[in-house]
Amino acid sequence: MDSILFIIAAVAAIGCGLNLVLQKHPISSALSLIGVMSSLALLYLLLGAEFIAMAQMIVYGGAVMVLFIFVIMLLNAGTEKRSDKSLFAQIAGFPLLAVLVVLLAFLIRETQFPSRILDVKFGSWVGGTAEAIGMKLFSQFLLPFEVVSVLILIAILGAVVLAQKEVD
Amino acid sequence: MTFFLIITLVKIAIVFAVFMTTLAYLQWVERKVLAHIQSRTGPLRVGPHGLLQPLADVFKLLTKEDLMPPHASKFFYLLAPFMAVALALVSISIIPFGPQVAVPGGNTFMQVGDLNVGILFVLAVAAVSVYGIALAGWSSNNKYSLMGGLRSSAQMISYELPFTLVIVSPLLLANHLSFRAIADSQAGYYWDAIPRWSIFQLPFPQIFGFLIFMIAGFAETNRIPFDLPEAENELVAGFHTEYSSMKFACFFMAEYANMVTISCVATILFLGGWHPLFPAPYSNWVPTVMFLLVALWLFVQSTKIGRKGDHITFPIFGFAAVGLALLFAIPFLQAYLVPIFWFGAKAGFILFTYIWIRGTLPRFRYDQLMHFAWTFLFPCALVNLLLTALMVALFPNQK
Repeated sequence: MDSILFIIAAVAAIGCGLNLVLQKHPISSALSLIGVMSSLALLYLLLGAEFIAMAQMIVYGGAVMVLFIFVIMLLNAGTEKRSDKSLFAQIAGFPLLAVLVVLLAFLIRETQFPSRILDVKFGSWVGGTAEAIGMKLFSQFLLPFEVVSVLILIAILGAVVLAQKEVD
Repeated sequence: MTFFLIITLVKIAIVFAVFMTTLAYLQWVERKVLAHIQSRTGPLRVGPHGLLQPLADVFKLLTKEDLMPPHASKFFYLLAPFMAVALALVSISIIPFGPQVAVPGGNTFMQVGDLNVGILFVLAVAAVSVYGIALAGWSSNNKYSLMGGLRSSAQMISYELPFTLVIVSPLLLANHLSFRAIADSQAGYYWDAIPRWSIFQLPFPQIFGFLIFMIAGFAETNRIPFDLPEAENELVAGFHTEYSSMKFACFFMAEYANMVTISCVATILFLGGWHPLFPAPYSNWVPTVMFLLVALWLFVQSTKIGRKGDHITFPIFGFAAVGLALLFAIPFLQAYLVPIFWFGAKAGFILFTYIWIRGTLPRFRYDQLMHFAWTFLFPCALVNLLLTALMVALFPNQK
């Protein structure tokens, strides 16, 4: 049951990812990206990281992608033209892809996984609750957390400076 | 396992049937209430006092011609209403309507399923549901639709901020993210009289939070006074201009489903879920008394000169109300029905407020809408959150 769900989510993620690259229209690509995000959320859920799964949907599936779609709709972007393939891509494209796939497969095979690997199963790991993540964030990872919040504050200030009207 | 499977299927069937009926009749209630606010009569022809109007509307929409604008992008044009209605209907599955009850074979909760991150799930679904409207607007190949879709996405992004911020405050009081735990944390009474609902709960009552939540909720569901995405005088009908037949009905249903969901969430977060207004032995008899009063009113009305047929239909509904009152008086059934009554009463009151405000307020202008969200509602939500956090930190034992 759990492996079936995993396979469905994984295939959906890969399929949406491929579709994202192959589609010609920006809206189709953006929607495929939403599909990728949702499948990833399902995979997180399967691993027991329920908080991360929901945050993934709210932040990436919702806020970020709405902004993408909003901009595409606002510019009313049409179908992209397919440019002629460059000589480099024609010659080296597939060999490089093959090398990448082989490298990835090799790395996965050679990685020393922890001896105790849990099954992909609902409830086999329960460290992903909001409480657990909150405790970690405010004890073990307090400094990075605070630094990131300052970084976001700086980004907001930058946005305000960029957006404000010129005052004569 | 078998017990779980069967009971879940039964619960899904009940929730789905009740939810769908509510959606259909909410529209009738809205038309009736609006009509009476504006000194009209509302639907009156189909059935007694227009009670069969929703059914007639469904048949009308089913049999209407299904048009497709010539230059629309077909796939997204068909996908949009499907997405809108599917995402609007899914949130009801984690709403708890009552406490744990005994059923043949074991105990179960009056809820289809509980999530540890229930409130986040609702927010996630709300975040994704904007795509239905945005895509509908874009794929119709119509400038009014596009404007409606754009307005809707901008509005939902803007109002999601105060909406999400203000949800955090009752969560600080409840200390949990699951809906069932949030409702349970509001059980009990101060001095045996004032309920511990979030809007009354110490150390910082969430009455402002509730108001901000309702305003942001109105904007999230695209209702008057925030229904800019379908402003008739500017945009014909906004994002669903080009939709007809059942596809239009899908958007219609999605809007009402979102209203119901927001009302349920407000009930659980701020109004104590199924916990009654005053302590148990007395509050159990409220539904009986209320239905008896309704029956009395109906019997009295039936003796007066009314519309043709009222002297037959009013007593029939009067007897139905008496039957309901007797049903609520059976001690065995009270454990099941009374929590649902309180939940329904609170959610129904919020839904009535939705309609009430639609009959009262005019529409905002677009710049007013954005100014209101960013310069008033957002700071208010932030201050409310900071005060709540401060008070909870200072008086952790007040709960």
